Amino acid sequence: MKFSATTALAGSLALVLGFAAPAFADIKIGATISETGPASFLGDPEAKTLKMLVEEINAAGGVNGEKLELVVYDDGGDPNKARTFATRLVEDDEVVAVIGGTTTGTSMAIIPVLGDAEVPFISLAGAVEIIDPVKPFVFKTPHTDRMACAKIFEDMKKNGITKIGLISGSDGFGASMHKQCLAIIGEYGIEVLADETYGPTDADMTPQLTNIKGKDGIQAVLNPGFGQGPAIVTRNYAQLAVGLPLYQSHGVASDGFIELAGAQAAEGVKLPGTALLVAGLLPENDPQRAVVVAYKEAYEKATGKPVSTFGGYAHDALRILVDAIKRAGSAEPSAIRDAIEGTSGLVGTTGTVTMSATDHLGLDLSAFRMLKIEDGGWKIVE
Amino acid sequence: MIMRLSSKATTLLILAAVIAIAPFFFPSSYYFRVGSLIFVNGLAVTGLVILIGYAGQISLGHAGFAGIGAYACALAPIHLGLHPALAAILGALLSAAIAFLVGRPILRLKGYYLAVASLGFGILVSMVLSNEAQLTGGPDGMAVPELGLRAVLKAVGIDLSNTEFWYAFSGLALVLGAWLALNLYHSPTGRALRALHGSEVAARTVGVDVAHYKLVAFVISAIYASVSGSLLALQNKFITPDVAGFMHSIEMVTMAVLGGAGSVLGAILGAAILTTLPQVLTVFQEYEQLMLGLVMMLVMIFMREGLLPSVAHRIRGRGE
Repeated sequence: MKFSATTALAGSLALVLGFAAPAFADIKIGATISETGPASFLGDPEAKTLKMLVEEINAAGGVNGEKLELVVYDDGGDPNKARTFATRLVEDDEVVAVIGGTTTGTSMAIIPVLGDAEVPFISLAGAVEIIDPVKPFVFKTPHTDRMACAKIFEDMKKNGITKIGLISGSDGFGASMHKQCLAIIGEYGIEVLADETYGPTDADMTPQLTNIKGKDGIQAVLNPGFGQGPAIVTRNYAQLAVGLPLYQSHGVASDGFIELAGAQAAEGVKLPGTALLVAGLLPENDPQRAVVVAYKEAYEKATGKPVSTFGGYAHDALRILVDAIKRAGSAEPSAIRDAIEGTSGLVGTTGTVTMSATDHLGLDLSAFRMLKIEDGGWKIVE
Repeated sequence: MIMRLSSKATTLLILAAVIAIAPFFFPSSYYFRVGSLIFVNGLAVTGLVILIGYAGQISLGHAGFAGIGAYACALAPIHLGLHPALAAILGALLSAAIAFLVGRPILRLKGYYLAVASLGFGILVSMVLSNEAQLTGGPDGMAVPELGLRAVLKAVGIDLSNTEFWYAFSGLALVLGAWLALNLYHSPTGRALRALHGSEVAARTVGVDVAHYKLVAFVISAIYASVSGSLLALQNKFITPDVAGFMHSIEMVTMAVLGGAGSVLGAILGAAILTTLPQVLTVFQEYEQLMLGLVMMLVMIFMREGLLPSVAHRIRGRGE
């Protein structure tokens, strides 16, 4: 135990020394992020974004005249570690707010700790359970699967599509989105005539797509999935010349998807994506344009890597937090909490955020843009 | 014999004293959290001392039993209406039964069959927990009900914070677990286990039922792992399939081997080091794995019995 106390002391000393100019009245913000481990493709851009933005804000004079101090721990995607780090952030580092929980698992593990300590928490994970039911101190920035489903169904309705085929991945993402889509599909008067699934490592989806193709009356196909599965579906879909509109999910809204599926096969595929993905294509008068272009340029300059939606979640979380501290005029956790709940019209990368006592996400469907792949690039279709 | 008994008492005394005195040096309640994690890991590793240190068998799937214990605490209160404490006991019984069924055929074989089969078992449990999403919540995990003991203590005037309570409770569990393990060491079963560790052939020649005693060690260590998983779940009030993951199994074995698999106190020291290391190394987080590997290699090369027994030997050697 002695070992832990002295070395932890030495560690925190090193941490303090590591910061350029620690003023005594710094506002301390904590983060526990999965920078390494299986969720690192999410956590790495998140952590880089937070560090970059905090530097940027401090260079511009900080918040309310005080500098921000960011304490980031890497939980490696392990919920147990995330919980320990959350305890450390509130008990030992005494931060005023916590950003993080890269995955749903780590977020859910953190929530009880911060709820007990009454410190506001902004999660970066997808699941709707994080903010539904509403917990006083818990907020989140990423849109939910259900919103992606709604966006797709809206577009289908607009195009007169009422009978569809589903082909879903059986992994966590695919299964969750499949469930969310079926829960709201009735509201749009759309019927599912075929419901197929594939495993996350399957290399060929021709049989399932042949089944769908053989069903009479199907007007479009939707593929809730993540990773390489949707790219294979898209390729098989083109090979079989199904000839119906193909909708993909927000899970593959990245340039990597077009590369993986091949520009030719992906031609005409529609999917909901965030403004960040098509930053350069947004019209001049788009309210999000300035924000996403600025973030994209800063991130790509600072890291030399292409910007990702996930880093955008962290961007929005920090912006919401800083905005709340400014409006609260104080760095008291309870004052920050109240101010976050009062966030109104804040433009982020995922959408325009307006929170309330009953809505701790604050995004509406305008957070998604309906995108279409044309000539190997993106096009906004609304 | 008197020497041995006193060494048992010394071990327990050191353990209890450290657990009781350490809180006086804690600057914040975060240290209680780290402490309780050490005790929870220490309990699982104490079970492995019985399997690895006493009986000389390696298991790479004990996180599977921790997973069973953890999910018993999450599922039994919901589906069977059991109190979480009873659910933990149910989990331990279930783990014992599964360890018996899995271990019985495997332990009749010689060599590394147990290591390989237990590896498969652990992965199987973690896959079931991940894939049976409608029951377990899948990779996103599920909530675990409150144990309720803290409220009872509060009613009789002992008001502890959540982290303090779990520090005390898991510390108590660890002392109890260590006491049982040390008693086992000096029992006829313990002697039989050590005999088959030394030489299976020799043990068989003097009439030790080798397969039976291996199974006993396997089942007992499974119960330890299960209880440790239950304590973790009840403490965190939330559980994900990571608890049953392969990495967790490896971590447990590493803790035991690092501190000294033959010694209860050594193994707990191993658990303490490997639990605090990631906390201490947050400043060098990119090098954490590297340093962990380096520490492990140095121990394996220079202290083959593990940290504590090697140091103890050296000190004793100097005294003579």
